[in-house]
Amino acid sequence: MLEIESLNKTFAAPSGPVVALRDIRLTVGRGEFVTFIGPSGCGKSTLLKIVAGLDTVYEGSVKLNGERIGGPGIDKGVIFQEPRLFPWLTVEKNVAANLSLRNPEVRKRVGELLELVRLQGFEKAYPRELSGGMAQRVAIARALLRNPDILLLDEPFGALDAFTRSHMQEVLLDIWQRSKTTMLFVTHDLDEAVFLGQRVVVMNPRPGHIRSVLDIDLPYPRSRTGASFQELRALVLGEFEKVEKGPAVDVGAGI
Amino acid sequence: MSDYSAASRSAGPGAGAAEEASATGGVRLPSAAAAVQAAPVPVEGAGVRERRKALPGWAHGWIVPLLVLAAWELGSALGLVSESALPAPSRIAQAFWSLVASGELARHIGASFVRAGGGFLLGGATGLLLGLFTGLGKWVERTLDPTVQMLRTVPLLAVIPLFILWFGVGEFSKILLISLGAFFPVYFHTFLGVRSADRKLHEVTKALEFSALQQATKLILPSALPNVLLGIRLSVGVSWLLLAVAEMMGASSGIGYLIQDARVYSQTDIVFVGIGLFALVGKLSDSGVRLLEKRWLGWRSSYKG
Repeated sequence: MLEIESLNKTFAAPSGPVVALRDIRLTVGRGEFVTFIGPSGCGKSTLLKIVAGLDTVYEGSVKLNGERIGGPGIDKGVIFQEPRLFPWLTVEKNVAANLSLRNPEVRKRVGELLELVRLQGFEKAYPRELSGGMAQRVAIARALLRNPDILLLDEPFGALDAFTRSHMQEVLLDIWQRSKTTMLFVTHDLDEAVFLGQRVVVMNPRPGHIRSVLDIDLPYPRSRTGASFQELRALVLGEFEKVEKGPAVDVGAGI
Repeated sequence: MSDYSAASRSAGPGAGAAEEASATGGVRLPSAAAAVQAAPVPVEGAGVRERRKALPGWAHGWIVPLLVLAAWELGSALGLVSESALPAPSRIAQAFWSLVASGELARHIGASFVRAGGGFLLGGATGLLLGLFTGLGKWVERTLDPTVQMLRTVPLLAVIPLFILWFGVGEFSKILLISLGAFFPVYFHTFLGVRSADRKLHEVTKALEFSALQQATKLILPSALPNVLLGIRLSVGVSWLLLAVAEMMGASSGIGYLIQDARVYSQTDIVFVGIGLFALVGKLSDSGVRLLEKRWLGWRSSYKG
């Protein structure tokens, strides 16, 4: 379980301190899929970085399974916007990274995960031979090999074309349902946020804070064209547009 | 007689066919008769083009040297160039064979290899280690790098007298001079390579809980490898250069000595043999490093060999 309480984050800028996140409060249950959406500058990536432990300078409390997050670690899998693979390693060695493939257990798990992300047959390929979507799937397998409690995805499909992206969303849902890993997914794509998340967190910029949290009560697999999907999408869009229209009433944090 | 008349009769259409053929690149010819008539111009052109294609890639580099050698040999045979300034290639080859036969050449090459190899290994290894240290630590960089930068600006040849005063003209001062020259390229490029490690990948290694040792061996070294190899290649070149200098400043063996000794006795052909040897070993060692690059850097899509 992830508990964020009264989280504030300030950046030092030449023109003075800039408040990046203000009074963030959010609780994410085990196995939940939560998506974050908001315009650029709303601090959603900063929030993810803090949860990942890659940014430890903040006020407030961020706890994973009751323990304060003090730094990066394999219990928090991170998927960045770029796949960030080691270009000199083959796919299977990228997944193993600092673990040895000579360990039969690791080798077996790597094989299983490559099957899960639908990359069997590409074990010996180098990153430059992969498409963007394939490379991102390698990155997901690399994170899952460590059995993380939570997977943090920062606009992972932002650089992919529309077809690959919707395919990757289905692959990710498949992975989530099978691995039961908690997912925090940051995106600027409204459809993606509604299609994936059980809850959608809409964020406001300047200073970044949570405007509202919307439940998406739709069973998986979801249909993008269904009436209920469109209804919920319109609801989130409404929140999103209030955000876009600038200094909306400060409703503070959602729960 | 009949040949002549046939040629004159078809001179008009033949010329026309030739024009037509060259306009279409000499590939298609209007008719068999025209082909015979038009033969001299377009068919020869096509032949050259085919020959160019038939020549394997590696052979291209040999065209110019072989032409120069042929002209040189011819010039010598005709007495156009002075035998003492520019002996004929055949005479140089003779000198080469007699040196091989006497076993003298092997002795010189062996001595040179020990010096260049020893100096390169000593300097290269030191450069690699120091480059890694200064690259990895800001503190080490601040402490060591200014000194190294200062030393680098001193022309190496200017310290030769000092080396001779300290260590004499023996093997030690030669190897030390070479190692000093071999040190700098490896040092700088290793430093650069370590610093070129991707910050984003560094974040990944932190998220995946790499140990400090794993970060060094699995992120920094592979990132630095292309630069390190470039440094090694440059350093190999410097080693051969300084070897020649070192052996000319006083030695009783080695390729440099061979050249210097031949100069004293005006044996220009042997001087050429020595120069040729330097060119050969220099090229061979460079190819060796390139082979390593090919093997270790095959993952780079931008690698053009």
